Formats: sequence, C-alpha cells, structure tokens
Amino acid sequence: MSAPDSAIRQTLADANLQLAIYSNTGRFKDNRVKAVAPDQLPEYQDLRTRAAAIKRHTLAFLDVYLLQLENAVNDNGGKVIWASTGEEAAEFIVKLAKDRQANLIVKSKSMTSEEIQLNERLAHNELEAVETDLGEYILQLAGQRPFHIVAPAIHMTRHDVADIFTEKLGVAHDTVIENQAMTARRVLREKFLTAGIGITGANFLLADSGAVVIVENEGNARLTHSAPKIHIAIAGIEKLIPRTRDLAVFLDLLGRSASGQTLTSYTSIVTGPRRKGELDGPEEFYLVLLDAGRTKLLADPDQRESLQCIRCGACLNACPVYRKIGGHNYPWVYSGPIGKVITPALQGKENNAWLPFASSLCGACGEVCPVKIDIPGLLIKLRKELVRSDPADRSAFRVWAWLMRRPVMYGLAGRIGRTLLRRMPLGFNFGPLAAWRSERDFPAAPSKSFRDCWKERKK
Amino acid sequence: MDSREVILERVRRALGRKPGQKPLPPPEPLLRVSYRSPAARLALFRSRLLGTVTVVPEYSGVYAVVEKLLDGQTAVASGHPYLRACELGKLAGVFTDPEELRNACATAGAGITSAYCLLAETGTIVLRACPDEPRLISLLPPVHIAVVPQDRLLTNLDEMLSMTPRPVDEDSSAMVLITGPSRTGDIEQFLVRGVHGPGEVHVVIVQGKTPPL
Repeated sequence: MSAPDSAIRQTLADANLQLAIYSNTGRFKDNRVKAVAPDQLPEYQDLRTRAAAIKRHTLAFLDVYLLQLENAVNDNGGKVIWASTGEEAAEFIVKLAKDRQANLIVKSKSMTSEEIQLNERLAHNELEAVETDLGEYILQLAGQRPFHIVAPAIHMTRHDVADIFTEKLGVAHDTVIENQAMTARRVLREKFLTAGIGITGANFLLADSGAVVIVENEGNARLTHSAPKIHIAIAGIEKLIPRTRDLAVFLDLLGRSASGQTLTSYTSIVTGPRRKGELDGPEEFYLVLLDAGRTKLLADPDQRESLQCIRCGACLNACPVYRKIGGHNYPWVYSGPIGKVITPALQGKENNAWLPFASSLCGACGEVCPVKIDIPGLLIKLRKELVRSDPADRSAFRVWAWLMRRPVMYGLAGRIGRTLLRRMPLGFNFGPLAAWRSERDFPAAPSKSFRDCWKERKK
Repeated sequence: MDSREVILERVRRALGRKPGQKPLPPPEPLLRVSYRSPAARLALFRSRLLGTVTVVPEYSGVYAVVEKLLDGQTAVASGHPYLRACELGKLAGVFTDPEELRNACATAGAGITSAYCLLAETGTIVLRACPDEPRLISLLPPVHIAVVPQDRLLTNLDEMLSMTPRPVDEDSSAMVLITGPSRTGDIEQFLVRGVHGPGEVHVVIVQGKTPPL
C-alpha cells in the first residue's frame, strides 16, 4: 500500500483545516518551548536523560517488573488480566460486563483502547461504551478516530461541534464553546452516575505500588475511575516504571512536553478497589496488560527504544509533515513521527512501507522527545530494512554504488544525464519514474559537473 | 499455556533472560528538592494556584471564611477530623452512608475537603482517598474548597514523592493531585473551566496551633 495521495491532497487544499492544524500544533509547540526553557526548568536535559535511562532499564528487565506489578496489584485487592491480543482484552471486558449486567460503560481517553478498537468490539456485543473526554466524545458522535494523540479533535471547529450536537443529541444549534462544554457535562454526568463499568487507560504503571497513573485536565478520568462500581484500566506492557518516586521525573516532563503545563489539572494514582471504610471508589479493579505486538518490538534491538514512548504528542506538534497532512492521513491511530515508527512494527511492514519515507528527516521529533527516542535514527533503520527487501530499490542503489567506484564511468554518466536534462527540460516523465516525478521537479541542468568546477579551481 | 505465561515467555525470549534471573538496580530518579522557607512557599503557592487562597491566622477563623466562600450554597464536607475541629459540620452535610454521600455530592453547590498536602511550585492540592476523605466530594460539586493547615504546604511534587514512598496503603485506594479547576481546550483550544469536575477551587490555609483533633 502506498501513501493515500488523494486524501492528502484534499487535506492540503482545505484552507480551514490547514489553519486549524497549523495554529493548534503551533500553540502546543510554543508552549512546550517556553515550559522547558532554562529559566523555567534548568534541569530539563538531565530529566530527559534520566527518564530515558529509567525507561530503558525497565524494558531491559520487563519480566521482573511485570511480576512485581502483578503482586502489588493483588496485594491491593485488584486483579491483573494478561491479554496477548486486542481480542483477548475485549473478550475479558465483554464477559465481565455481561456477568455483572453492566450494559453502560464510561470510558476516559485511551489510545490503547483505540488501538484495539475496543468501542467497536463492545458495540458488537450490544454494550454501550461512551467516551467522556470532550474531544473523544465529539469524535465518537461523529464516527471519527482521533486526529492527534493528545488533542483528538483539533481539526474541528465550534461550528462542526454545533452541527454534530444538534444532529446526535437533538439540542438547539449553539456555537458558543462554553455552552457546548456544558452540554457535554450535563449529558455525560448522567452517564457517569449510572454506568456499571469505567474504563481508563494508563499513562504509567508503578511496579512497586501496583498503581495506575492517569493524567488529564477535564476530570472525566477521575469520574471514570471513581463513580462506577468496577474500574478497568487497560495498558500496554511498556507503560511500567519501577518506583513511585520515578514519577517525579516523568510528571515533570509529560505535561510540559504535551501542552506546556507544569502539571495537568488532575493526576490520579489509583490502586484498585476501595479499602475498608471508604465510602466511594470502585468495588472491583482490573488491570488489563496488553501485548498486541509489543514483545515483537522488544525483541528487535533496532526498534526497541520506541517502547520508551510516553505518548506526549510533542513529536507530532514539531513535525513539518504532520503539521501539513494532519492525523487522519496516517494509516493507524498513532500518527506523526512516533506513529511512523510503531505502525510498521505493530501493524505489519507490508502495508505501511511508505511511512518511514514520508519524512524529511529534519530531526525535530528526536529533539523534542522527552524520553530521547531517536525517531529519525529509527526511521533510517526502517528505511534500510525496507530498501533491502525491495528489488527495484536494491538494483538502483547497486548501479549507483558500481558507478561511484568508477570515476570515468561516473563522469560519463553525469555528462549523459546533463545532456538529456537539457534536451528534455521537463525531465523523464514516463515509465516507473512518472509517479515519482509527479511530486518533484528536476533541477535545471548545470553546464558543468562539480568535478569540472573543482578541477578549474585547482588550476 | 495461558496468556500470562505466553507474554512472560515472549518478554524473556526478547530480552534473553531466564525465569527468576535478578535485575540490576534501577537508575535513581532526579529529585529536584530545594529548601524554601514557609513564607516563600506560601507566596509561591498563592501565585501558582488557579483559584483563590485565603490565609487564616488560626483555626477558629476558618468557619467565617468558608461561610463567606459558600455564600449560601449547599455543601458536602468530608469527615476529616480537621474539618470537624473547625466545626464545618454546621455549614455542610457530612455523610457516612455511601448512597447518601453520592446523592449529596451530585446535587451540592460545593464540596469541602482537607488535603494530604499542598505543593507550592505547581499550585497543587494532594488528596488521599480514604475513609475520612471520599473521592467524590472534590469531584462532583461545581466548587471545591480545601481547608489545610500551613504545615502541610510543601515545595513540590519531588519533595512529596521523596517523603511518600508509597502513595497508597491499606487505608487508602487512591491519591489525586489537583492542580486548579477542571478544564478543557478540546474545541479550538478555547479554555473552558468546569467541564467535568469543579470549575472553581478555593484553598483556605490555616496558620497557628493545630486544633484538638
């Protein structure tokens, strides 16, 4: 499968959408720069180094930390569910919901649940799952997937939201953003107070205390893990960090990298069912640990480091490609630079071979990454792997390498090329080159080669 | 083999490790703790909190301040001994039945809690969910009022984590860091407060002697 050219062209031609993507990501980007500036956070670079080291360490001994986490969750009165695939995770949730007769499920934002298409699977089993993050709620009503890892509905305007609310909720058409938010509050409050199950994701899992850490601004995640009788947290196995005090490093980085906030409005550190004497909180707690391809990444020393990702979205906001084509033109729920790296690994290389090439390799993503994932480096490694397996690319580069080693032949080939370019200024616009050429202009043919110029200067 | 064994086996194979093989000690996190005087912490907290801060010279003054903040609204208070000592029960309902508590929180104009601690650098209220401090009081009503003695005001998150190795224990199922009001920027990055949780946060910091608890 190649890049979705016509969809991308549509995005590029939509001036309103371009403005929305550019200004929204731009604000996040600027806020991040201010929040990590030396006058605000002099320890920023040390924190990055430390965060990367802690993540690397956790991944290197992941088996131990997974077991430690499971013990701690058990001690707290919760239960760990191991799911090697998305189907398994969904099966468990469906069975639990049926057993407990919980037909209404509230959800707070979770990319992991998007990844395994949990909502679709629940709906298929006649369970109503309601997204409660405002952006996610709007998208669920509109039947779209997140446009951005952190800010899912940045591509929508108040007018779009007014249309969707009127159509789906039957409320009066209202383009005042405050009123729209209050409509969502009213409708969703009812859901929170009647739902039988709350499903959250996890930003971090703390191995030592068996805790799930959830970071948010709206309070919908707090409601999701506090109001219903059952709380299910679903998380990839890479979300672990060893100790509670490691959180200091990650919380210092996450909010600042995502939106420039020193801390988001709410950070919940939850450990399962209410203790004896507590008047609220869930009565049952389940932590679903998901593999779904992550162990494949772990086994690949070239790509393992992408599991360090804390899903802050900073690389999306910094990426010149994301900022033009937006989130929906990426083939999977994870968009932007980190999406280019993990999509081929988790969803298969065959269908996603174009992704690592849709990059200018400018390096911005690596520079802003709070856990120092070398995304440009990973992209180059992926390209190398893909080129090696593509016969056309392979032979082209063989010819190139052969020529490069033979100065006389190389000079001759250059002269032929320059002559042809002069004769056909529009260039070789046919055959296998046509597709490649449709996006690129040839440079004007120089009169002399670099080597000729060099020789003249030496004289 | 069940999924637990399958995943653990895949992880071990990926890492070339054997069951029971010991890990190296984890790298130390960077803890940014610097000493600030109580007065400096108070000034910092005041400037960082996205809400109002009222400082009361002694606990006997709390009642009047909270009464003024409530301005006639109904309220729910937690059973925290500190709030009881400040006699806030006369201003707010205190509940011991889960169902009653939930209904009261869903309709009250304000929720009153104490706090595990406050963090000056970020303007944060830290709550530990426990029998004396239910989760919903600071969550369902549109206004949250926290009454906290000044000696619970710390510099930052790093300081709190360095003195709280475990955020929870057998009496407490959750810890929540509350940094300002509930807010969203999900539509056109336009800031709206109070989208799901409280839109207003008020902190009453109490100086002087601790009341008899």
